[in-house]
Amino acid sequence: MASYSTNEFKGGLKVMLDGDPCSIMENEYVKPGKGQAFNRVKLRNLKSGRVLEKTFKSGESLEGADVVDVEMQFLYFDGEFYHFMNPTSFEQLGAEVPAVGDSAKWLKEQDNCTVTLWNGVPLAVTPPNFVTLEVVETDPGVKGDTASGGGKPAKLAGGAVVKVPLFISVGDILKVDTRTGDYVSRA
Amino acid sequence: MITLAVPDDVDSRGWRPSASLDALRARAHLNQRIRDFFSERGVLEVETPLLCSSTATDPFLTSLSLQWRGCTRYLQTSPEFPMKRLLAAGSGPIFQLCKVFRADEFGRLHNPEFSMLEWYRPGFSLADLMDETEALIVALAAVFGRPLSGPFQRVSYRKAFLDAVGVDPLTVSDLQLSVIARECVPSAPEEWDRDGWLNLLMAEVVEPHLGNGPVFVWGFPPSQASLARCLHDDDGERVAARAEFYLGGMELANGYDELTDAQEQRVRFQADLAQRQCLDAASVPMPDALLDALQAGLPPSAGMALGVDRLLMWLLDKPRIADVCSFTADRA
Repeated sequence: MASYSTNEFKGGLKVMLDGDPCSIMENEYVKPGKGQAFNRVKLRNLKSGRVLEKTFKSGESLEGADVVDVEMQFLYFDGEFYHFMNPTSFEQLGAEVPAVGDSAKWLKEQDNCTVTLWNGVPLAVTPPNFVTLEVVETDPGVKGDTASGGGKPAKLAGGAVVKVPLFISVGDILKVDTRTGDYVSRA
Repeated sequence: MITLAVPDDVDSRGWRPSASLDALRARAHLNQRIRDFFSERGVLEVETPLLCSSTATDPFLTSLSLQWRGCTRYLQTSPEFPMKRLLAAGSGPIFQLCKVFRADEFGRLHNPEFSMLEWYRPGFSLADLMDETEALIVALAAVFGRPLSGPFQRVSYRKAFLDAVGVDPLTVSDLQLSVIARECVPSAPEEWDRDGWLNLLMAEVVEPHLGNGPVFVWGFPPSQASLARCLHDDDGERVAARAEFYLGGMELANGYDELTDAQEQRVRFQADLAQRQCLDAASVPMPDALLDALQAGLPPSAGMALGVDRLLMWLLDKPRIADVCSFTADRA
């Protein structure tokens, strides 16, 4: 893997830091009057999701991380691994529970997700921005109430709980924004 | 008349200027006012070559170079060397507005080529030079409707450090300095040399503590003297007669009571060249013509270099150097 010097750091570049793959978020160049310049760098640890700040002497370099995002179709969960398939090569991969993390509740079989691979191994899974999921549990729907301000919680297939309008009933299929967890509409 | 709407998200917008046309008009106005200021004070405008056979030896400056008739020529990081040669030739007080070039510098406050105002005043002390810088800034601020009133705060490097960090930068041990620096800046690298830690603390702790108002910091550690003469402060500590001017939290100008001793200047250049070798920085030649000029006799002088782009940023209240440059390096 190539290594990158501080002046090549830019948003989105994937580098290795202390053994973990990180994505660079921000890089600010600081040059004191007569001294050695340095860079204030903000990075996201792609394993833990945590954001960290590091100061590098300008000219220092980090090894690139072999991290790629691949569009893959979610197949099924076997209790241990979430299985995904590359729709063009039909290659299949299993992602461990920690890699899928919170995204698990949005996964629906056959949906296309973004799987982030580090050295070919799934590191993280990003669900589609919008998913359609069935309501499996909610208080009975209130007939005729289509627009009033009130709301109630509804549990979806997959386990996510979202706030929905009062007229929603068990068995309804909902469109939800996975980035915010907000109800969008009935599908 | 037909107006063609150009969508904002078209990629080909790279041909457009980085700055607004209003900012470029303001720049023209600023240049004019700077020239008026010095002309009224009898300071001669000069032009010196941007391509020279020598360049700054500063270990942390990278010069751009090119070939001319089989010889390496350097784009100047500041017009200091040729301007001092003019002083030694008897020019009297001089100023210059020109482009300067620094290879590695690019960011919110940096562009690899930028506009420098540099002026030299034979017979001036560093205090006189700070007075004149203040007069210039006050005059320009008034013209641009951001009035500033003097006198500007003047604080010694030592006091600025004591106030902000709580250590004496001139006497603290290297070990203690590194411990304090890593405490104050947890993201800092594991290791650095003394000036590295001092610079880091200056940028991350002292500068924010100085605030956004106009302030001069003077009396730097001798290791950061560059081309300034060294003298003893009131406590008998050796300090460099060098001043930095800050405004809006930005370092805007750097001035020296100029070193006129050719022998000492040669020793400092030699130390720079040796350090460049240690750092694996590109080697640069000994600035012989400047040393010859010092040998011939540089009148006691004080000189200031001021970043015009940053001054314009402050005058127009713009956050990025790109907001005041026609085309920054990424679209030049």
